[in-house]
Amino acid sequence: MNLAAQDIRHNGGRFALTAAGIGLLLMIVLGMGGIYAGMVYEATLLIDRLDADLWVVQRSTRGPFAEVSRIPASLEPRLSAVPGVASARRFVYHTVQRERAGEPWRFSVQGLDWPVDRGQALPLLTGRPLGQAHFEMIADRTLGVALGERVRLGKDTFTVVGLTKGMTSSSGDPMAFFTLRDAQAIQFDQPGEALRLDREARRYRASAAELGQQQPGLLERAASPSPALPVLGPPTVSAVLLTLTPGADAAAVARTIAGWPDVTVYTHAEQRDLLLRGSVDRARRQIGLFRAILVLVSAIIMSLIIYTLTLDKAHDIAMLKLIGARNRVIVGLILQQALILGAVGYALAWVIGQWAFSLFPRLVLITGPDLALLAVIVLLISVVASGLGIWKALRIEPNTLLS
Amino acid sequence: MTAPALHTAAPVAAGFSVQVDGLTKIYGGGNTEVIAVREASFTVARGEVIALLGPSGSGKSTLLSAIGLINPPTRGRIAINGEPVMDGPRPLVDLRAFRRHHLGFVFQKANLIPFLTARQNVQVALEVNDVAPRAARARADELLDYLGLGDRRHNLPFMLSGGQQQRVAVARALANHPSLVLADEPTAALDGHLSRQVMELLRQVAHEQRAGVIVVTHDHRALDVFDRTLEMEDGALREHAGPAPEPAPVVKPLS
Ligand SMILES: Nc1ncnc2c1ncn2[C@@H]1O[C@H](COP(=O)(O)OP(=O)(O)OP(=O)(O)O)[C@@H](O)[C@H]1O
Ligand SMILES: [Mg+2]
Repeated sequence: MNLAAQDIRHNGGRFALTAAGIGLLLMIVLGMGGIYAGMVYEATLLIDRLDADLWVVQRSTRGPFAEVSRIPASLEPRLSAVPGVASARRFVYHTVQRERAGEPWRFSVQGLDWPVDRGQALPLLTGRPLGQAHFEMIADRTLGVALGERVRLGKDTFTVVGLTKGMTSSSGDPMAFFTLRDAQAIQFDQPGEALRLDREARRYRASAAELGQQQPGLLERAASPSPALPVLGPPTVSAVLLTLTPGADAAAVARTIAGWPDVTVYTHAEQRDLLLRGSVDRARRQIGLFRAILVLVSAIIMSLIIYTLTLDKAHDIAMLKLIGARNRVIVGLILQQALILGAVGYALAWVIGQWAFSLFPRLVLITGPDLALLAVIVLLISVVASGLGIWKALRIEPNTLLS
Repeated sequence: MTAPALHTAAPVAAGFSVQVDGLTKIYGGGNTEVIAVREASFTVARGEVIALLGPSGSGKSTLLSAIGLINPPTRGRIAINGEPVMDGPRPLVDLRAFRRHHLGFVFQKANLIPFLTARQNVQVALEVNDVAPRAARARADELLDYLGLGDRRHNLPFMLSGGQQQRVAVARALANHPSLVLADEPTAALDGHLSRQVMELLRQVAHEQRAGVIVVTHDHRALDVFDRTLEMEDGALREHAGPAPEPAPVVKPLS
């Protein structure tokens, strides 16, 4: 006959409630780990998906994710010519916050180097990669748009042709993919009036200069759209992504490019590191501390619960001692209840977590090692928490029954 | 219904169930000192049923708990079943192990474990004494049948009447064939009829199982059940010369 099980059987409701409480507490402990794992996953997701060997960004920046990087698009052919580089892709990344149905609508805009990169490497849930150079987009499903929906951004309207799953930026915003030019258009979108004023300003500057006065044709050129002006560079991009030829020495190629005065180059691993050691690392320590405190709180609460359960049974424990029960019977009773509570709490944390975490606005990623770690923590908490109850139980005197 | 004799009768051991020699218990010290028991000496033979009488505060419970090895005496010696167990406050054996092998307790309250059924309450006393679960269950059922509670074995204590609970407590006290049963006002919470029933029950098992039984009681109507009476007065023990006032009647069947 198992005393712990009998007690639990006859006080089922109370135990269930207690276990539920512990379960929710453990669920938060689990969730804390999951939030961190989710952040790491999200932070590195795009970097891993894009699968570039080298990242070329604006000199001395930690771009394009950790901070803003702007480099001329013309770097692409320059980089393509570097020995060991198989291909170079221009890459645009920026975050926009618009409004949709009165709610803030945030997402990060990714420019894909059409036609080389049409988004075929993306984890498409439905739909297809980009099929034309303009006015199509692929969105993550967390953006809340439907396949085939038409979305107006800036002066253009885009059709959603594909939906991805789990594509969020390092800050948890859903991603949307466009062709490079469209992405730039969204980024550098200016109202017509601003464009007119800009052109007028150019014309005025030209007319004020000697060259402009001598050659009236120049004034006409100055007032034309900026892409038509050879003196104005094309819009900048965030980075250029390099894929190396098989067998090429990434370090050697990186050294060559690092010698250029206008860019900084990162390997795939360094790019990952930039994100993980930056904002994510601070979040990790923050979450880690919270987690440690939560574990401590759980242990204290568990201790008090076990202690109270023991006090409730003080009379029964005195009786057990009177009829000669060994200490291991009494310690076993308390320890087993603590372990059962811990185990049920753990199971509840897991089950409730599976359901609850999917409703969270950001990814909560529960990993196998995290679950194993929690199991160890719960085991330790249960054992430590029984300490107080056991200490009390061993001090109960059987002669208290006489009064 | 006639109470059936227990199949598993205890091995008959000749001699004394308990020998107490010069037992003194002093509580506290200085000017709050209370001498609860002074120089008590007596013996109880196996199969003998003794009543311990005395006014409130005379030291009956103290004496009983000292013999029950849950309240060490200040001075004096105790031997149970021929084995010396206490020399003053110093235990000579593992007290808990000794309790589980040799002693049975019944108190004013049944003190049943509330989350165990009647059967399990008896069973637990057997299992802590290393009786295998199956055998323990069989013995518990046997005892409960014997005490007329066979049909209540699956009830939790709160479903049982006071008298029924007390009978379960008696079953628990008898489970391990104790050589000494100590009962502190076991019938105080019961009415006259039930009270007598429990007393006679104790007497019956004392005789059948050859156990010594000491019962603290205030109930003078049931004194005829006992073989002998001891009286306490202000900590001092006074033995009644001769047997109980009336000869004990033949054990009546349980209702
Ligand atoms: N733990 C204790 N500490 C101090 N004094 C105690 C303690 N227990 C009992 N006493 C004292 O010892 C004396 C004997 O008490 P005891 O309980 O043995 O009496 P009793 O004969 O059982 O009384 P009752 O019939 O009322 O149960 C009393 O004066 C009591 O106050
Ligand atoms: Mg008393």
